[in-house]
Amino acid sequence: MTDSILQLKQLSFAFPDKQVINDLSYNLKKGDFLSIVGENGVGKTTLMRLILQELKPTSGELAFLPNRNAVKVGYVPQFRNVDSEYPLSIQDFVGLNFARFGVPWLTGSERKRVREILKETKLNDIRKRPLGQASGGEKQKAYLAQALLDRPNLLILDESTASLDPVAKTELLDLVKQINNHQQLTVIFVTHDIPLARRYADDYLFLSPGHYEAGKITELTNEKVGAMNNA
Amino acid sequence: MLSYPFMQNAYMAGTLIAIISGIMGVFVIARNMSFLTHTLSEIGFAGAAFGIFLGWQPLNGMLLFTTISSIGVGELGAKSSRRENSITAISALAIGLGILFLSLADSNASYATGILFGSVIGISRANVIQMVALSVAVLIVIALIYRFLKFDSFDPVGARVQGLWTRTLSVIFLVLLAFSVSVAAQIVGSLLIFILLTLPAAAAKYFVHTVGMMSTVAVAFALIGVWLGLYLSYVTNWPVSFFIAVIEVLFYFCALIYQRIRA
Repeated sequence: MTDSILQLKQLSFAFPDKQVINDLSYNLKKGDFLSIVGENGVGKTTLMRLILQELKPTSGELAFLPNRNAVKVGYVPQFRNVDSEYPLSIQDFVGLNFARFGVPWLTGSERKRVREILKETKLNDIRKRPLGQASGGEKQKAYLAQALLDRPNLLILDESTASLDPVAKTELLDLVKQINNHQQLTVIFVTHDIPLARRYADDYLFLSPGHYEAGKITELTNEKVGAMNNA
Repeated sequence: MLSYPFMQNAYMAGTLIAIISGIMGVFVIARNMSFLTHTLSEIGFAGAAFGIFLGWQPLNGMLLFTTISSIGVGELGAKSSRRENSITAISALAIGLGILFLSLADSNASYATGILFGSVIGISRANVIQMVALSVAVLIVIALIYRFLKFDSFDPVGARVQGLWTRTLSVIFLVLLAFSVSVAAQIVGSLLIFILLTLPAAAAKYFVHTVGMMSTVAVAFALIGVWLGLYLSYVTNWPVSFFIAVIEVLFYFCALIYQRIRA
């Protein structure tokens, strides 16, 4: 239990007209690569909003371990409404996450960290390109770089690959897997794409209306997926 | 021209207005608040008229009305469709109230014209001192929260998911906008204030690749508009707001043409 980073205990959440998550228990450990899979409307986004503390559980418990301050969450959403005409270079965009009081410009150490993360995410060569002119894959890498800037220990990719072509999906997830392996970064990857989840994740949490199932990703067979969806 | 105290005051006030408008304009454009800025200027008109009715300085009435309204709009901010409709209703009410207060104050038509369209000769040294104090306060607050404001304005989804206090930030920004509208209306008038708070920044974004440069170019466009506008107004005796409007619109169309050629 000492390695746990996030613990869900009999977690339930209901909107006024709909029960979305029902009695969910799961223990996420440091360095895990968990894929949360399931069809639309089964509560994947609601679960992410609970983890981000934008929603409060109706019942049950959601605890960061050893305490809330020990877990820094980096979140990469699927969509961003960044106007293509904004004069925002990739470097500028990544640096936005250094939101602090004080001087309006980034300090020397902050600029150094931006350069580090741009190199790590293989964006250094195109750092001055306006974000609006970047390809879908480059944009997702920039969103990832921004989320990683402040050194989170839990990274959430929320359908981040949904709008990407196969090459860009592989590039992005290769990068995430590399960071997961080398830096013990815990990753939650929310996706519809079960083959992609099988390729990169170690564990799965399958959500379906009213119930869930968790296990090693190698145990997530097509038969099981079919049975869960038809349950 | 600069030997006249009223022109010295106008240039000092105009310079401050241009700096504040250029910087605030960057965030107005990024947050898609041009419409709200226009409405705040109409609310400013009602506030100025209210000030005159009570025998205050018009600027104080403007500050009162625009600040209260901006906080009210910030509270409505959660649902944008409701906000648009509410702003329209508030705008109509503000113009009606402005006309009523001017009528009750029994002021002459030139006073109303001054509030609506601005005036070069209406700026006293006391006004300039008050404007300096307000402008410095706005600039200090912007400097302190600049990084938060930049994140929330240019990447609102990212700012929200990283846990930024976006709601509070929005209210602070609206209050800063209310102060900026009230200060800037002293020269260009309440009806045309949105020109300086939107067009220089809207034009600047096509020429640069960073937000910092966008602010610098927006301030430069606003300064050129105000300085040249004041000079042309002095020479021709035509309204300064007319010249500022023409210059800023020219900058904007040149920016659009530049963007089209480059694309």
